[in-house]
Amino acid sequence: MLDTGRSLRAGTIGDSSLRPDGMAKVQGTFAFSSDEQLDGAVFGATLRSPHPSARIVSIDVSKAWQISGVEAVLTADDVPGSATYGLATADQPVFASDVVRYVGEPVAVVAADHPETAGRALAAIVVEYEVLEPLLDPEDAIRGNHDDIHPDGNILRHQRIVCGDADATGDVVVEGTYELGMQDQAFLGLEAALAIPDDGGGGVELHVATQWLHEDRRQIAACLAIDESKVRLVLGGVGGAFGAREDISLQVHTCLLALRLARPVRMHYSRRESFLGHVHRHPASIWMRHHATSEGELVKVEARYVFDGGAYASTSGPVLINGITHAQGPYRCPNAVVEGWATRTNNLPCGAMRGFGVVQACFAHESQMDRLAAACGLQPLEIRERNAIRTGDRLITGQVLESVAPVVECIAELDALALPDEPVGGHDGHPLRLPGGAGRTTDARHVVRGIGWGVSMKNLMYSEGFDDHATARCRLADGTATLKFATSEVGQGFVVIAGQIARTVLGVDTVELEQIDTEIGSAGSTSASRQTWMSGGAVDSACRKVRERLFEHVAAQHGLDPVQLGIDGTDVVDTVGTLRLPVAEVTRGQVFEETVEFRHRPTEELDEDGQGNVHTAFAFAAHRAVVDVDVELGLVKVVQIATAQDVGRALNPLSVIGQIEGGIAQGLGLALMEEIVCHDGHVRNASFTDYLLPTSLDMPDVVATLIEQPDPQAPLGAKGVGEPPCISSTPAIVAAIRDALRQAGVERELRRVPVRPADIVG
Amino acid sequence: MESPRRLDDALRALAFAPGALVIAGGTDAMVEVNAGSRRDQLARGEVIAIDRVSELRRFRHDPSSASVLLGAGLTYTELMDEPLASLLPALAEASRTVGSPQIRNAGTIGGNLATCSPAGDALPVLSALDAVVHLADASGVRSLPVGEFMTGVKTTALASGELITGIELPVLGGWQGYAKVGVRNAMVIAIASACLATDVSTRSVRIALGSVAPTVIRCPDAEQFAAEHVDWDSTSVEPDVAARIGSIAAGAALPIDDHRSTAAYRRRAVEVLVGRLVRRGFAGG
Repeated sequence: MLDTGRSLRAGTIGDSSLRPDGMAKVQGTFAFSSDEQLDGAVFGATLRSPHPSARIVSIDVSKAWQISGVEAVLTADDVPGSATYGLATADQPVFASDVVRYVGEPVAVVAADHPETAGRALAAIVVEYEVLEPLLDPEDAIRGNHDDIHPDGNILRHQRIVCGDADATGDVVVEGTYELGMQDQAFLGLEAALAIPDDGGGGVELHVATQWLHEDRRQIAACLAIDESKVRLVLGGVGGAFGAREDISLQVHTCLLALRLARPVRMHYSRRESFLGHVHRHPASIWMRHHATSEGELVKVEARYVFDGGAYASTSGPVLINGITHAQGPYRCPNAVVEGWATRTNNLPCGAMRGFGVVQACFAHESQMDRLAAACGLQPLEIRERNAIRTGDRLITGQVLESVAPVVECIAELDALALPDEPVGGHDGHPLRLPGGAGRTTDARHVVRGIGWGVSMKNLMYSEGFDDHATARCRLADGTATLKFATSEVGQGFVVIAGQIARTVLGVDTVELEQIDTEIGSAGSTSASRQTWMSGGAVDSACRKVRERLFEHVAAQHGLDPVQLGIDGTDVVDTVGTLRLPVAEVTRGQVFEETVEFRHRPTEELDEDGQGNVHTAFAFAAHRAVVDVDVELGLVKVVQIATAQDVGRALNPLSVIGQIEGGIAQGLGLALMEEIVCHDGHVRNASFTDYLLPTSLDMPDVVATLIEQPDPQAPLGAKGVGEPPCISSTPAIVAAIRDALRQAGVERELRRVPVRPADIVG
Repeated sequence: MESPRRLDDALRALAFAPGALVIAGGTDAMVEVNAGSRRDQLARGEVIAIDRVSELRRFRHDPSSASVLLGAGLTYTELMDEPLASLLPALAEASRTVGSPQIRNAGTIGGNLATCSPAGDALPVLSALDAVVHLADASGVRSLPVGEFMTGVKTTALASGELITGIELPVLGGWQGYAKVGVRNAMVIAIASACLATDVSTRSVRIALGSVAPTVIRCPDAEQFAAEHVDWDSTSVEPDVAARIGSIAAGAALPIDDHRSTAAYRRRAVEVLVGRLVRRGFAGG
């Protein structure tokens, strides 16, 4: 660690620096993507399928053209390049042409002088559909009970893992089937983009809220049939992402309209449209059977995963692989037989969401660990501690766990955190602190308090041989460091971390960030908890290279060996002599510039038995939930979530706490209320009236402790921290509800999240 | 587009455009506008904003008749303030369960009634208290019992060109309260709600349920059983009597399964809620 016992210099690594965009965001002056305007821009809007499965017999756009103010009406025939796009597989049409495969699939777009005009134009397009029997049950896809709904077939991915002795058995066996509903990322900043065509009409600049500028560019250019160099992307203000901005939504449509009209085009989705316009967390059904010795040592895990990928592939394959390779959780397990399916159905497409397949796995394995503890007569934390995985252990994929793995420390530190001292209803007995909250349903005597735990393991960065490198440029001149990268700032705070790295490495106080766009190499996606490691690594490397150049320059001027030089505070110092010169002074009139492509170590694909060094690195977390339950009404108030998280090293402790609190809110949402309710392929709750997110009255006190054991593989010792908080918080809450019910004399499996009041009442 | 400051101006505007979109707080109407379902009225420019009509934003307490006449434009926040909170405690409680502070500052009692959702938070209180709805149009006034005003899911007896001007409620001597179940702890639409109001002078109990039938409903069997079985002299109730009142009340419910909850849970919830309200109202339960 850099900690020398002195107090941190403001804005350097380890300091809880405030993010540069924070004040603007809380004051409402930050420009989100939907705020971007340009004189002369017209408004795009999307016509979507009303059916989960139908053949398009005809599309008549003539009446739309008759509406004054309509500038363009585009369908599949107007796509000059690739008719389809997709992150891993280009299987999703820019516009449906022959069939529609989910409710909400784009069929046409229009552009008009006003959003209202565009809306009328959409209503005037006549599409004749021949409605088909939809494929809605993933099990029908697996059993082959339905005709292929796509030329690529109804199975998006199938993979098994066989490890050790497939026939091994344990003295104690527990099994269960666990289900998770479809969670929405529910970012507050809706999809929005502004496309500005070049004067010559040959290219386009797109301002868009996205997680991965370069991947968007690749897919857009292919659909537009123009060279990638003709497509420039600029990051618009992003109001949250959580995985929902990894796929293309309105990017291609906006650019198509702009190039067709040679005019700037704005598009933005409504909340309702947003539910249809991006991918969601996979609904899942996971069967698990755990074998253990009578002392509670894991012998074998068996599992069968079914993830419903919906109509198009998106990242269903990688999500499934993440899910099944995390079947063991953060526990040693010598034997495993796991099989997983990601299916194509006529439900909404699913893809990336914070936790990426591991959320589903963790709810299943943590529910199982509690059952196993009960069957073995152990306490929930005892069985977890007894089986805790350690660095050097072999995973069920055969991969040796090389990451620092402080699972035992997470459990012990979590256990040491104080339980809430407040009685049911709080010290003042206020009804808002009781289950039911503002509805005033519950008196303290109706409440039973329960406690539950969850522990998780999560891979960091991309897997399966993917080269998700990151690029950064550092320029040092006149005492100012200027950084350039294409890293999407989606709220996670890389814009503050980057500056802290540069200040620390280079001894400067002033760091300027250039516009985030595609005028530099890719940074990879802001996902998989990877940007602190990857873009942080790229910024760190670029700054170190610049520092070498600086030392060479100073050394040459003073007749020293560059290896003698170091940075101390804001000075260049001779570590074996007396020279001490301010960085600001020695860089006057000088320019040092370096660009770095940073890579993590390569990974491999799984073989047919699910063996291979598939993941890059891992992070761990433990959660404890204390909940008050109104058993008669099935209402829950989460009182406290305590957590101990393996962060490697906290570059900005305040940012880490922000990720922890936000992730817990999302994990609580999945545990208790967040679900896209679909019926026959139609969404029934595409609004924030009925898709419920936790409010401040649902959010508990969060007590967090950071386990700081710098990982030697991580460029700054720092692990990604974004995903773990939302992974094991969910099973901890559900376990706490089960515990409260048990105390009230009621046994409930609660094998599905979100847990609804009716599930608790039974 | 009109924004009158006097009631007769509002009524004249409405007579001129009887199909106009009337906006008070806008907490329901603007949701519909944003969803695109009021395009015709907007296209014709037929919008009458009544939030500046001062006559609708007053109340009158008449101690001699033990009644309060609420202007239809009073907001939930105003209903939560004194002196109304003490005069109509169940209405204040119901108002506290509505949305967020921003919604309570804008949404009005008249709007809640005009929308007439079975989940309208104020409506079980109005029903339990036998509210009288005052209506007016350019040619005159009339009044209706709230039970006749509410005719179905989001349908009312409000005639074309008519405006809700006020709601008349009795000031009862006796405990009254409201409770609602939702899937989160604030800002949620009721999946079941209940109001209980007691009148010590007539030894009567009134019970109304929300979100368990096409409109808010009263529970006459449960009310009668309660009136006969609570101990009025000590204002107490045996626990089994409270539970029995709850189960009789639940028998009046006609709930449905939908994306918010199930019929079985709703029935269970109103049973529990009514039982609890009875025990809150009658010590010893």
